[in-house]
Amino acid sequence: MKKEKRVFSSIFMALMVVFLYAPIIYTIIFSFNSSKSLTHFESFSLRWYEKMFNDATMIQAVIYTIVIAILATIISTIVGTITAIGLSKSRKLVRNLVEQVNNLPIMNPEIVTAIGLLMFYSAAHITKGFLTLLLAHIMFCIPYVILSIMPKLRTLDPNLADAAMDLGATPWKALTKVIVPQIMPGIVSGALIAFTMSFDDFVISYFVTGNGVNNISILVYTMSKRINPSINALSTLIIVIITVFLTITNLIPVIAERRMRKKLKKAQKK
Amino acid sequence: MKQFRKMTYPYVAWISVMIIVPMILILLYAITTEGNGVVNFNFTIDNFVRFFSDSIFLEVLGRSLRVALITTVLCIVLGYIPAYYIAKCSDGIKMKWVLIITFPTWINMLVRTYAWIGILQNDGIINTILGWVGIGPVDMIYTEFAVILGMVYNFIPFMILQIYTSLSKMDNSLIEAAQDLGANRFQCFWRITFPLSLPGVISGITLVFLPAVSSFCIPKLLGGGQYVLVGNVIESQFLTSGDWNFGSAISLIMAIIIMISMYITKKVDKTEIGERASA
Repeated sequence: MKKEKRVFSSIFMALMVVFLYAPIIYTIIFSFNSSKSLTHFESFSLRWYEKMFNDATMIQAVIYTIVIAILATIISTIVGTITAIGLSKSRKLVRNLVEQVNNLPIMNPEIVTAIGLLMFYSAAHITKGFLTLLLAHIMFCIPYVILSIMPKLRTLDPNLADAAMDLGATPWKALTKVIVPQIMPGIVSGALIAFTMSFDDFVISYFVTGNGVNNISILVYTMSKRINPSINALSTLIIVIITVFLTITNLIPVIAERRMRKKLKKAQKK
Repeated sequence: MKQFRKMTYPYVAWISVMIIVPMILILLYAITTEGNGVVNFNFTIDNFVRFFSDSIFLEVLGRSLRVALITTVLCIVLGYIPAYYIAKCSDGIKMKWVLIITFPTWINMLVRTYAWIGILQNDGIINTILGWVGIGPVDMIYTEFAVILGMVYNFIPFMILQIYTSLSKMDNSLIEAAQDLGANRFQCFWRITFPLSLPGVISGITLVFLPAVSSFCIPKLLGGGQYVLVGNVIESQFLTSGDWNFGSAISLIMAIIIMISMYITKKVDKTEIGERASA
């Protein structure tokens, strides 16, 4: 009976993997299709890639997406880290209040956050475009950075900074040499979340952008109304970018650890 | 120590402008009529009356809730098995499975949803396979089935991960104790494993139901232009018909419904666990 169960769950897991990966593989295969069809594969061609690279709006969307993701990640990581450290030293009332407001963009449906920002920009007479898009991305990225740093700060000894300052460190040194290194894992994972949130965002970007500034998601959404296989080429490009990004971010800790071990070994030999 | 407190000031100013002001604006627009000045507001509840007295809007709301509910239930049922399977694997394999399940979520949601348009076509791959066994072609694309499929596809990894996390925290000796005391497999699962995994299921529901109710790109891509959910109505109020007051009222209604359902879910969670613990 146990064996039967094993077979059943193995088949189920296989089906789940097929379900999750079929669309991704389908996209990659059909990006090399020579015909316009989304259902019949004729022969191998790079036609849609050619079309994509010649399409200025597509290339622009890719560039905007990457530039905004990088800027939003850097800014939200710095602001998030500073705020989280400040919050951990603040009075409980202030901390709770800020944390509550901070959770709003995460708990609210994205579309609600989006229309709120849209109305805010129009009330403040800010023209929609690159800047509004960037500000919106920073706004919804910071809460995730703070959320991933706060647990690290909670486990930190509160006397650590005091000890550093008693020993003659300036507050700035205590911050950068003592606190920040301790919470580094939280900062890194916060930055990673921020990057992917910004890179993948559709709903908020769709409402707050203007002036022809598009990101990849908006482009796919507006282009999907007609059959256009160069979307598949673009999608394949994104899949490759994300896969490379994930491999690098997963490999860096492994490589760093190996280097440390090598150094240790060398040190031991000496 | 106190000098560090000042570090929160810039962010407090930022959230007041970027989070609180927009929320107030939604509320303000929802309870006023068009053509507000800076100082004079025309307060009204017409926007809400209009929504609840129009059968078309109520139908859309009902459809959104139904689709979100079906999606959530399917995610729990279909997600529980992989979560349970992964939790029972050895440590090294566990991490690999978690990576396999989460990897697709890192790729742009629009991109992955777009692929289903081709797969679900009448001459697409699924209907071709169905044709070999003599069924079909079944209309799949631009139906409610396609929308639910797209939602389950997009949200199920979150459900699997949440249930897996709470299952892997579980103390295995509890199961052994139950078996020693004569419980069969079903009793073990229903009386011990399942109640202990409920926190995971609940947070999974939050991660699935909430985006499912408000999603507007999945229904647009897979449901076609005719298929409308609440998210699509809000979108068209803001981006095509330009009635921001009515749009704000609808999103307020949606936000309140979501809050109520989250509250009920949490309440059910607490009483369930309480009852089971005392039983």
